[in-house]
Amino acid sequence: MNRPTRTSRLTRLGADLLRGNARQYGMAIALVAIIVLFQVLTGGLLLTPLNVTNLIMQNSYILILAIGMMLVIITGHIDLSVGSVVAFTGAVSAVMLTSWGLPTIVVVPLALLLGALIGAWQGFWIAYVRVPAFIVTLAGMLIFRGATLAVLGGESVSPLPVALRRIATGYLPGPESLGLHAVTLVLGALGAGALVWIQWNGRASAIRYGLPTPPAGVTAASSAATVVVIMAFTYVLAQYQGLPIVGVLLVLLIAGYSFVMRSTTMGRRVYAVGGSEQAAALSGIGTRRTTFWVFVNMGVLSALAGLVFTARLNAATPGAGTMFELDAIAAAFIGGASASGGVGTVIGAVIGALVMGVLNNGMSLIGLGVDWQQLIKGLVLLLAVAFDIYNKRRVSTARPAAAETPAPEAAERSAEEERTPSR
Amino acid sequence: MSTAHEWPAAHGGPLLRMRDIRKEFPGVRALDGVSLSVGHGRVHALMGENGAGKSTLMKVLSGVHPAGSYTGEVFVDGEPCAFSGVADSERAGIAIIHQELALIPQLSISENVFLGHERARFGIVDWGATHARAREVLNRVGLDVNPATPVSALSVGARQLVEIAKALAKRVRLLILDEPTSALNEVESARLLDLLLDLRAEGVTCILISHKLGEVVSVSDEITVLRDGRTIETMSVERDADGTPSVDEDRIIRGMVGRDLDHRHPERIGDVGPVRFEVRDWTVDHPAQPGRRVVDGIDLEVRAGEVVGMAGLMGAGRTEFAMNLFGRSYGRHVRGRLYKDGVELDTSSTAAAIRGGIAYVPEDRKNLGLVLDDDIRHNTTLAGLGRVSSRGVIDPGREAVEAARMSERMRVRSHGTTQRVRTLSGGNQQKVVLGKWMFTEPELLILDEPTRGIDVGAKYEIYLIVRRLAAEGACVLLISSELPEILGMSDRIYTMCEGRITGEVPGEGADQETLMRLMTRTGGHP
Repeated sequence: MNRPTRTSRLTRLGADLLRGNARQYGMAIALVAIIVLFQVLTGGLLLTPLNVTNLIMQNSYILILAIGMMLVIITGHIDLSVGSVVAFTGAVSAVMLTSWGLPTIVVVPLALLLGALIGAWQGFWIAYVRVPAFIVTLAGMLIFRGATLAVLGGESVSPLPVALRRIATGYLPGPESLGLHAVTLVLGALGAGALVWIQWNGRASAIRYGLPTPPAGVTAASSAATVVVIMAFTYVLAQYQGLPIVGVLLVLLIAGYSFVMRSTTMGRRVYAVGGSEQAAALSGIGTRRTTFWVFVNMGVLSALAGLVFTARLNAATPGAGTMFELDAIAAAFIGGASASGGVGTVIGAVIGALVMGVLNNGMSLIGLGVDWQQLIKGLVLLLAVAFDIYNKRRVSTARPAAAETPAPEAAERSAEEERTPSR
Repeated sequence: MSTAHEWPAAHGGPLLRMRDIRKEFPGVRALDGVSLSVGHGRVHALMGENGAGKSTLMKVLSGVHPAGSYTGEVFVDGEPCAFSGVADSERAGIAIIHQELALIPQLSISENVFLGHERARFGIVDWGATHARAREVLNRVGLDVNPATPVSALSVGARQLVEIAKALAKRVRLLILDEPTSALNEVESARLLDLLLDLRAEGVTCILISHKLGEVVSVSDEITVLRDGRTIETMSVERDADGTPSVDEDRIIRGMVGRDLDHRHPERIGDVGPVRFEVRDWTVDHPAQPGRRVVDGIDLEVRAGEVVGMAGLMGAGRTEFAMNLFGRSYGRHVRGRLYKDGVELDTSSTAAAIRGGIAYVPEDRKNLGLVLDDDIRHNTTLAGLGRVSSRGVIDPGREAVEAARMSERMRVRSHGTTQRVRTLSGGNQQKVVLGKWMFTEPELLILDEPTRGIDVGAKYEIYLIVRRLAAEGACVLLISSELPEILGMSDRIYTMCEGRITGEVPGEGADQETLMRLMTRTGGHP
């Protein structure tokens, strides 16, 4: 019958590339476009070493939350309580540090444990009692906001010890030469090297298994791009005070969670539970346990974000973290999550959070008011998701051209339709 | 190729005439010059393998594919038609009832029947008239329930009747039924087919799409066979004095696949070994109603290399038994033991059951068997992630190779293992589910309605896979509502009724009548 032609094979390759990742690629491009736009609009202010450092520090806690939120959304749930949990864990930490006089090295693990307990509490209701996550975390939003007020007695606690503040405001130590932070550049080079090694190692393994691989030139180009981007980024940071400590934390989190979600059975289970809980259960996956631990994880990351935010503010306040949940949710959706679950990547959440962060920062730099900022961010969220839905439809329409699969409309009712094989 | 002129003039010309319909999707010619002619007051069956173009043709007819997106002509009662949407075709008296029912479960029967055509004055619903008229159409389809009942309280069979009632309420003259009996049991199917004959007597014309050859032969006046988007032939079914039709099933199959299918079920290979799995006194209660037995004291055994059939009507407790056995996936476990080679197996969780060598291919493959939005590769390894990972880290290369190997072994037709399973046909989806469980190298494979809604060719391939697995020494428990399948595949057959085993017969020499008698024998053990 219809022999796939060379062009149709290329279309198929394009469709495969776009499939599922349309929004992520789209948003990566959009992120670059937004950066270029504000770089021009601010007359070069956006990408100054100082402002890039600021960008990282300002958005660190949203990035941390967005990673956890992505996992929650992949399992098909939502967490509205993270803002309140940020406030509560921050408040308890501040009280432990000031009133109780505990050292930071003790308070940090205690705060993370508290976050885990909060996550376990919510995870219990969601996974085992099967109360919808929307309800449980809406309740959590109220409960932990109330608890924050109770702990703080309605007042702010400050100042906080230097050791804690270093988490959010400190930089990697190290000598400077020629006005550049040497350690930062070395770490950048190591990081770039590691990524390049991963790319080529993956390619070698694919060849070993006899799988189709892109031409070496393509891999080389992508390696070169990786090196250029990372070195440019670290070079900019090295011009100021070097890599912020929270930046190191973020890199570790992003790398760690990406690895878990992409390459481990644990990550695969999370995707399966979100994709079809029933099918996952009948495949021997403990769906309740998976859901439970995803919420525990969200609790720990919320506590971490609470520590970073409190440290950055140098105070625990009753109103801390308000609306953080919405920023994290928006980041996840801009970054390619699906409301029905089963879809999304950690790197997508990071891109989504950066889109929001650069918009915030850029608009502030050019003096746009909060009114306009909110309005524009809302539109970006809406358009990003609409673009993705449009794109998915287009890609799925293009697919049958590439292979002898059912026609687009028929794909819906694929139980019926199948190209009869030539016998 | 057109059979339009074969109709006797007594019918005053055909009700429906479709001429030389061609419809292309990018890269795929779904319809390649199909002609179809359906006489007034006839039951006309449309047959063909999956992908032959039946559904596309019906979508052209019902306006889902609007005029302009296809070429060719459609005449209804001699009038040329160019439907631009479903509303247009409904106005012309054409209603289509899809395989997946389009009822809203939370609403009542009446509300569903008049959805979009509410009996109302100035937007205020006239409930009296609504219920009265609903009762009228329900009577016509022989459904004796209160029209205020929510649809969610009805069985699948009753819902099908409500769908037909809904079409009748719109004064339909051409009713299209797409696989109406695929989810019905034998009794419900028979009732539905009788209803088609009643409607025919009232002058309603029906187009019946079905994979069940038996029912097609028994109710149709004409049968049109499509293959590869073309009309192959239209057969007229005559019945002699004692009702024997002039067209037999093999004749239709020949038309559908373009060759003779001598053996619809492959011959068994290899010998049956010693008993490997024993079930003793397996008893399960309804999940929400403790004390209500859905499976009652099942005893059975399966030997190495044996295919054991489980026959029963819907609600006999076969699926409930299988799912409870498979890690308590359904219901409340009351008691019962499972032995493998004489040693008791832990089946307290699905993971434990899989470790024990059990695999369950569920009846509802879309919801229970697959993660539809994931690709073939990930679905294939989902139940056996340990086989492609070490210390919890997946080896992507090994996974890709293993999935491709399994996909090839199951003969999944796709453009690669990264294709999303949602975009596969039903037969290929089922092969992916089978591949997923074969990947776990099961010792006891439980198949629950493995070929439901799958075309003849793919069915045969699935039978071959089962045969080969049995020849390798695995035990197979085959649950099916299609008696020919049970008879054709099983070495031994258990029959079930009301949660109990009511009979055990050897596959050799058994016949449908014997099984049916045992399947309807209520009141305890034989």
